[in-house]
Amino acid sequence: MSSDQTPPAVEDVSTQEARMGDGADDRFNSTLREAFGSTPFILTKFDKFMNWVRGSSMFMLQFGIACCSIEMIHTYAIKHDLDRFGSGVPRASPRQADVIIVPGTIVSKFAPRMKRVYDQMPEPKFVVSMGSCTISGGPFQEGYNVIKGAEEIIPVDIHVPGCPPRPEALIYGVAKLQERIAEGESSPVTVKPYELEQFGDLEQDELVDKLASEIDEEDLVMRYNWNDSP
Amino acid sequence: MSLEKPSRDTALDVGVTEDGLDYDALADLLGGHVLDREEHVNAEGFVIRPDEVQEVLSTLKEEAGFDHCACVTAQEYDDRYESIYHLRKFDDPTQELSIVVPSPKDDPHNESAARVYDTADWHEREAYDLVGIDYDDHPDLRRILLPETWQGHPLSQDYNQDQPQIVSLREHANPLEDDKRSEDDPDTMFVNIGPHHPATHGVLHVETVLDGEQIADLEPDIGYLHRCEEQMCQQGTYRHQIMPYPDRWDYISAGILNEWAYARAAEDLADIDVPEYAQVIRTMSAEMCRIASHELALATFALDVFGDFTAVFQYGIRDREIVQNLLEDLTGQRLMFNYLRLGGVAWDLPEPREEYFEKIRDFLDDLPHKLEEVHDLVTGNEIFQMRCVDTGVLSKEQVKQYGATGPVARGSGVDYDLRRDDPYGYYDELDWNVVTEEGGDNFSRVLVRLREVEESARIIEQCVDLLEQWPEDDREIQANVPRTLRPDPDKEIYRSVEGAKGELGIYIRSDGTDKPARFKIRSPCFSNLQTLPEMSQGEYIPDMIASLGSLDIVLGEVDR
Repeated sequence: MSSDQTPPAVEDVSTQEARMGDGADDRFNSTLREAFGSTPFILTKFDKFMNWVRGSSMFMLQFGIACCSIEMIHTYAIKHDLDRFGSGVPRASPRQADVIIVPGTIVSKFAPRMKRVYDQMPEPKFVVSMGSCTISGGPFQEGYNVIKGAEEIIPVDIHVPGCPPRPEALIYGVAKLQERIAEGESSPVTVKPYELEQFGDLEQDELVDKLASEIDEEDLVMRYNWNDSP
Repeated sequence: MSLEKPSRDTALDVGVTEDGLDYDALADLLGGHVLDREEHVNAEGFVIRPDEVQEVLSTLKEEAGFDHCACVTAQEYDDRYESIYHLRKFDDPTQELSIVVPSPKDDPHNESAARVYDTADWHEREAYDLVGIDYDDHPDLRRILLPETWQGHPLSQDYNQDQPQIVSLREHANPLEDDKRSEDDPDTMFVNIGPHHPATHGVLHVETVLDGEQIADLEPDIGYLHRCEEQMCQQGTYRHQIMPYPDRWDYISAGILNEWAYARAAEDLADIDVPEYAQVIRTMSAEMCRIASHELALATFALDVFGDFTAVFQYGIRDREIVQNLLEDLTGQRLMFNYLRLGGVAWDLPEPREEYFEKIRDFLDDLPHKLEEVHDLVTGNEIFQMRCVDTGVLSKEQVKQYGATGPVARGSGVDYDLRRDDPYGYYDELDWNVVTEEGGDNFSRVLVRLREVEESARIIEQCVDLLEQWPEDDREIQANVPRTLRPDPDKEIYRSVEGAKGELGIYIRSDGTDKPARFKIRSPCFSNLQTLPEMSQGEYIPDMIASLGSLDIVLGEVDR
């Protein structure tokens, strides 16, 4: 059936030529390109270049905890669109993420999980803590179950205050983080007040003795000494 | 009129009279079980023996028609512990009865109600966890909100908040090592979902056991966002310090609905009358919150079902931004409004008023078109229908057993909406309908939400009409309320409003000071989430994810 039809007329130009049009596509001649003039090379330090790259293309972890995550969603979504700043690809897996935004109150049951998620992220990794709860516990600071800030658990690069911060504030925080990364700075990873450790390694005291029948020696635990919290 | 209730059967109305419940008749029904009768602001409380709970409650359920166990409040007095079962009827929630069960201080325990009302299962676990009352004959009494290794019961009187605690990470055990959960069924496999998972809408942890591909057993593990809301409210003063917290229970921009729950309870407790003008503003702004909340529910549900972050999700967010702008103009905040005050609202509508009304009307005019778009995109979509029609079915009986409310109940044909059945605000003056669907599946629940958006828009429109014509010299936004509120000692009240997710109730007991002695939150999501195992038994994991999305839980409210 198809053989009856006349084949489409073969034109003289190849597809590639047709697409190229006349000469090079001037869309590539950006102002940046013009600024470089005729030379196609940039001279810079490798570290500096890498830091600039790192800051300009960040994969965020898709990570929601509490109220702030609603504003975080709005920051990712239309109108505010964090993607414009080279940092809007939420990844569901911590193994693919560079930045974790901690959006909300951290409570005793969640802190070990959050530490685990943070540990699963590959280096170099950065943390933006969003909202008052991640700074000090915020309005829930006096609660019996509330960790007084994300910095009790993981190192934090940027704090964005607010309850909740507006999307604009979060964008500002992320932009500041990019600036810091481009300058090669990040928060030192230090020992935090609340660390995951094996139950068997805990110092023996009344509480440990009491729980010895419930928790295995090898189980990871987090011990909260509320009195020592800043 | 549309607000009239369909007629109900009359076999179960012991003590029902024209002007409310006749508690004497109910007391006669229970006979010698009633030791004493207390006067609560919302209803009478019958004091019963701790070992007769099941008998009394099943009599009330079977013979007097109290089919809704709204809430279980536990508290510690100086000389005793007490559990209160707040009962009401799905047919007429103004018919309320509290069953008060005291138990001794040294060994607090009483019989469990979980065999009568399934919903009491979780409520009693919470009471055990936070207050420390033991419930005999409870199917599974262990901690629910706090980690299992927690020491002490934080809302009991002798709790020391500074004592160290140890929390383990063992729920993250490798499922493959432990895939044979029971001896007699070696083919099951354990799948751990959450607490950090994109489909769990926050920090919910779902422990599932699969038999082949079907769910053999499922247990939601909550408490990853338990931020001591009740303790916070018990530490705040009535007048100003409590109001910011309700915003943070159901934080999906349902703030004003939650604030209203507290405002209603506290105003009834302290006998404050709210000016009509303020009630209209409250009604209007609350319905805006409902629209914002349902938009996000739809957006995240579509995200769960289609798994794409781009199209449908962004449509939902786009519409939400508009409502949020309206609310921001009114309250000054995008999310945590803190707009209601006891006895009124914080301030009047923004000036120039005409411009604000114009903005609202523009939004309402655009809404039908947008909803049509959503119907094209979502509910008319074949893939969506295959995922949602006839999955996650919840029957009427299950809804009532678990005390599910809100769109979840109405999606299963339970005609229960406190805005109509237990009127407050300005709702009973307005013309609108309660939306119900008979299907009981995921699809029905989504439809209910979408149609509720239309009804909310109708309410807002009527409120705008009213506000536009309101005489200028009569715009009273705030009643005269004393600077420091001290309700009379030992006044108790349970009051609820129709939140975005269902019946949001608050129990307050005053002790004569300016702070509540007990502040208990009855969260709709907590009860709704309990139905998840019922809905997903025997279904596939993707259907369970769809069911979870259509329940529209928000963990801030589940865990409080």
